[in-house]
Amino acid sequence: MELVCPAGSLPALKAAVDQGADAVYFGFRDHTNARQFAGLNFSERRAVSGIDYAHKRGTRVFCAINTYPQPGGWQQWTEAVDRAAELGVDALILADMGLLAYAAEKHPQVARHLSVQGSATSYEALRFYHREFGIRRAVLPRVLSLKQVGEVAAHSPVELEVFAFGSLCIMAEGRCSLSSYLTDESPNKCGACSPAKAVRWQETEQGLESRLNNVLIDRYQPHEPAGYPTLCKGRFEVNGEVYHAIEEPTSLNTLELLPELRDMGIAAVKIEGRQRSPAYTREVADVWRQALDQLERGVGTFRPQTGWEQRLDELSEGSQTTLGAYERRWR
Amino acid sequence: MRLSLGPLLFFWPRERLLDFYSQAADWPVDIIYLGETVCARRREMKPDDWLGLARELEQAGKSVVLSTQALIESEADLRQLRRIVHNDEFLVEANDQSAIQLLSERGQPYVAGPSVNIYNARTLQLLQRHGMSRWCMPVELSRDTLAGILDDPSISESAVETEVFAWGHLPLAWSARCFTARHHGLPKDQCEFVCQQYPGGLPMRSQESRDVFTLNGIQTMSGTRYNLLPEVADMQRMGVSVARISPEDTDMEAVVRDFDRARNGETVERDPLALREVTDCNGYWYGGAGMDRV
Repeated sequence: MELVCPAGSLPALKAAVDQGADAVYFGFRDHTNARQFAGLNFSERRAVSGIDYAHKRGTRVFCAINTYPQPGGWQQWTEAVDRAAELGVDALILADMGLLAYAAEKHPQVARHLSVQGSATSYEALRFYHREFGIRRAVLPRVLSLKQVGEVAAHSPVELEVFAFGSLCIMAEGRCSLSSYLTDESPNKCGACSPAKAVRWQETEQGLESRLNNVLIDRYQPHEPAGYPTLCKGRFEVNGEVYHAIEEPTSLNTLELLPELRDMGIAAVKIEGRQRSPAYTREVADVWRQALDQLERGVGTFRPQTGWEQRLDELSEGSQTTLGAYERRWR
Repeated sequence: MRLSLGPLLFFWPRERLLDFYSQAADWPVDIIYLGETVCARRREMKPDDWLGLARELEQAGKSVVLSTQALIESEADLRQLRRIVHNDEFLVEANDQSAIQLLSERGQPYVAGPSVNIYNARTLQLLQRHGMSRWCMPVELSRDTLAGILDDPSISESAVETEVFAWGHLPLAWSARCFTARHHGLPKDQCEFVCQQYPGGLPMRSQESRDVFTLNGIQTMSGTRYNLLPEVADMQRMGVSVARISPEDTDMEAVVRDFDRARNGETVERDPLALREVTDCNGYWYGGAGMDRV
């Protein structure tokens, strides 16, 4: 299985390449990709250096252009596709059907991957994207159980990439408008979820409060660690009970599932986190490289080392990890 | 402009559901979407029950469309989906890409529901070529985006019809997890169908008691109702063919009649004391945060 690592910046890209990522993925510095954060992502010049650095070391580079262009932005999105193709990326990670059609027609030689934002959760859905746009690979949304991933893999017309580690989206990706309901930005529209511009922190008598466009997302007592107010990970009131009504602050970690994922024929595991630091990328890439190497060496005897889990826990949201939807109990 | 009743998003007991649709047969709606779009475990209505109901409503003069499940996860979900696609009697509303694949492969006309990501004219045109006869705009898109899509020559000269989700709590997200079962401390596969206790969903509020979202099983909806009643004339001018009203636990006949009056150019008298409308939202239509009221 291939290791696909996030490159939110040139130093992160280099860190991933140095630690032995098989591929890295990046986005341009605008609304065309699903991790639009201030100070993150690549200008054309940085992309040239990054691609050169990776290619010289045998690492492939994917470019994520995985938000959904609206009429006013169509030209900006198609230009991003053209630019990525001219830069010589190894694959385009796309979600929008119109943009997939454009890329297939204009740059047929550049491989197309269906982004997780494409929200294809079955092999029938994958058949559509394969038939229409000749996609080579698809990234599966984090809503399927391990058994369901197996069902998709058994009939998929294309290679599959699954999320292995990082922040956990609770909702089927590509079809979540919770963020645009509270703010005016969403992953689909412009690559932002719970955007920083809408975040406000406030010390009050009831505790430290985090707000998103003035909606109270969470309130922390002095002994509680405060996390970024991602709207689905706050504490809300339902029927008089205040709790993490949607999800706790936690990260996905599938180390222990690696043998099963390999046996299902999954082509690649993906690390989430273009918004994280180069140090994060280095650490995670290092652990997963070791894990995948061990998996390849010793058939049937793979066991995650305690040290790996510890290192990953330290990098996780709320310092805890979960198997998410892969596991029945989570549901 | 025609009016539609969208698929019932909540889990109502069978009797209540049948009673609702027998009343709806006499309301001035032109199109009725039927079927369970949220959760495969809600099976009070069997496939044949839905078909029977569809036939009755058709006899009452309604155009009936069968809606598919928005989040397809398992082989069993796909079997259910194929059954709907192969019904050979009624138009189908595709609510995900799996349904679009099955329908387009058979060359069958279909409606694309609001959970299909059509954000631009190129995508719309592409699906139309594959047999899509109508699309319901994704709920987070604005009036101006819609105008931009409809103004594109490839669309304005085509026969594709546009529907807009115009009234009701907005379906905003789908998950593998059931938030209603979770609230009750139950695992999803032994959920005891607790969502049936919430015919209008389970309100999720901020710690300051502000309505934020509405939990409806695996679906998360807006905290308040979307209401485009005052925009009906504008929608008609833009060439919107259908306004969708989403069934809720309230006086739906009154809602339908308001929209009927609005589409006939009558000004809808509004009770200034009606709290219902004060808390409605319409931000998406104006390009802002969905929860806003402009």
